[in-house]
Amino acid sequence: MNGQFLHNLLLFGRVLRRLGLDINPGRMMDLVSALDHIEIGRKSDFFHAARTLLVHEREDLPLFDEAFELFWRKPAESWDLREWQGLIRRRKPKGPAVTHPPLKEPAPETDEPASASSQELSVMEVTRTYSDRELLRHKNFAEMDAEESEAVKQMMSRLLWKVSERRTRRKRPGKGHLIDMRRTLRRSLRSEGEVFRWAYREPKLKPRPLIVIADISGSMERYTRLLLHFIYGMKAALSQPVEAFVFSTRLTRITRPLQIRDLDLALKNVGQIVNDWAGGTRIGESLKAFNFEWGRRVLGRGAVVLIISDGWDRGNVELLKREMARLKRNCHRLIWLNPLLGAPDYEPLTRGIQAALPHIDNFLPVHNLASLEDLANRLANLNASSRPVLARTGQGRLESVQQGLSMKSFDTPPFGGRRTTSSGRLE
Amino acid sequence: MEFTSIDELQSALRERNYIAERGLGTSLYLALKLGRPLFLEGEAGVGKTEVAKILADLLDTDLIRLQCYEGLDVHHAVYEWNYTRQMMHIRLFEARGDKVSEAELFGPEFLLRRPLLQAIEESRQKPAVLLIDEIDRSDEEFEAFLLEVLSDFQITIPEIGTIKTSNPPVVVITSNRTREVHDALKRRCLYYWIDYPSFEKELEIVQARLPQAPAKLARQITGFIQALREMDLYKLPGVAETLDWTTALVALDQTALDPVIVDETLGAVLKYQDDVEKVKGEQARLILERVKAGVD
Repeated sequence: MNGQFLHNLLLFGRVLRRLGLDINPGRMMDLVSALDHIEIGRKSDFFHAARTLLVHEREDLPLFDEAFELFWRKPAESWDLREWQGLIRRRKPKGPAVTHPPLKEPAPETDEPASASSQELSVMEVTRTYSDRELLRHKNFAEMDAEESEAVKQMMSRLLWKVSERRTRRKRPGKGHLIDMRRTLRRSLRSEGEVFRWAYREPKLKPRPLIVIADISGSMERYTRLLLHFIYGMKAALSQPVEAFVFSTRLTRITRPLQIRDLDLALKNVGQIVNDWAGGTRIGESLKAFNFEWGRRVLGRGAVVLIISDGWDRGNVELLKREMARLKRNCHRLIWLNPLLGAPDYEPLTRGIQAALPHIDNFLPVHNLASLEDLANRLANLNASSRPVLARTGQGRLESVQQGLSMKSFDTPPFGGRRTTSSGRLE
Repeated sequence: MEFTSIDELQSALRERNYIAERGLGTSLYLALKLGRPLFLEGEAGVGKTEVAKILADLLDTDLIRLQCYEGLDVHHAVYEWNYTRQMMHIRLFEARGDKVSEAELFGPEFLLRRPLLQAIEESRQKPAVLLIDEIDRSDEEFEAFLLEVLSDFQITIPEIGTIKTSNPPVVVITSNRTREVHDALKRRCLYYWIDYPSFEKELEIVQARLPQAPAKLARQITGFIQALREMDLYKLPGVAETLDWTTALVALDQTALDPVIVDETLGAVLKYQDDVEKVKGEQARLILERVKAGVD
């Protein structure tokens, strides 16, 4: 192998890395040693060898194919930059390994409990009185000015998120009813093979995966920014997989950009990969895209799904109905968060909501901080509250709607007065 | 069997009726040459598991299969002690008035060897093919464990010691992508995505595997399946379905497709009720017309 070729090969590796592929020196060394086994002269073999060694995600294959074609077709001097532009635009959003600029504001303290100690409170919060904060907790996101929404973001980052656990099929030593032969026998050796006490195993518990599918269409615009903060905070706080998607006319997965530890940078990256902000709403189509592309990959293991939308759908209602039913069948709990539920005169009459309601387990408001606190409570106690009676019949539907509507009583806050926690009243 | 070129490997695969794309051939060849695990992903029924079987046949060695599931643990993946025998042994000695030593009780004759241990046993003359099937069904705990085993091919059993092999197995890992497998594991492997085959490739597969199928029928079936894959279905039919369907139609003595038989046997191809309803009747007839016009 000549030096020029090796040089080009390493350059190719660098180009791929810049395009967002996960290339490390070890991989490049592997590729070099693989070249001993194939005929480099045969371009397709070289292509396949590089492909199998350098790519390990299906999503990256098209990007690799194009970069390979562009890179090895002609010498670098005669590259047409315009050809690379297209590739660079489609560059993969970087994962958490990115180097981030210094933090401007404290990122959500994921390890801190919600009741952060007083020293950690920001200046803004210290200056706020208790009743101010209470007011803020109940103020509709859509009606907040810039300062208020900043303060709410701070408060949001302190919410304590936890999702109920499920029994996995993995066992560990414990008080279960399954006999642990290995330990029993080991123990019995101390008494010359006489079993006096059985050792047991019990199922290991793990938190349920969470999937958030958020509507970012025009009608949701007033809520979008704060809701993204909320999703970011939730993802940062939870240890289990949290998958996040947004849609207006089409579905975009934003899980990767949200992994970045710097919130501003994360949201900026989300902004870059989503290109239908504040567009129309096609919930049915978007859910279908989710069910097709992602359902099987992320819905296993008793996942909890949150859909955040006002239900103003301009798409096909039959489709929405069908896709909701499918989604419902494939997850453990389907929760629909609707910011409009916070309005006193809202009734879930839009066609979209009507089609979706029969398949929803919980229909909850998401318009102020108090409603998020309530959500946090519910997610942490999914097992305790039995699955709500649902909307299979006309009457059931009415019930679940009323359940949603009754929550409005919390939205007119007693002015600075004492109140029971929302969760106490809701359960 | 030692291969000296990708061409040689591919023709050996073909002799065994496995039609592989050049890319898959390259990945397999390099996996053998570099001694790296091969990570195969693809939709259900594109022949991922088959690759390992053929490979074992090619190398004339054992295929050791580990089917993954959630909660798969050391007891089922690596080794377990044969408790019943151990207890019998204790009782037997007791009856004779002897005492059993611990070393004896945890000796090799009481050890049940599970797939991972079998694959790296010292006594092996030839490297085995180790198929770790549907890794996406297992959980992170098992993945982490597997990563360890794959990095140095040794297993430690506290009672016996470390078991190591100089003949590490050829490892094939498959995934249906029902869950994202951790990057660290994928990074150790050669990666290949098995796509649905083209019309020509698929026809070749059908003819190689089911030579008894009439040529016309095989062409029509392949064309029909290819058309279905263009449709908006929940579960697209894989090559496995193509072969099943062909077998079914051959068993029914069909020499060509017609709308009635298609409707009656659609269950061999589509596995979701929604999909069957969508295709059955009118849609199937339309596809059939197009296919007949195209391939006959």
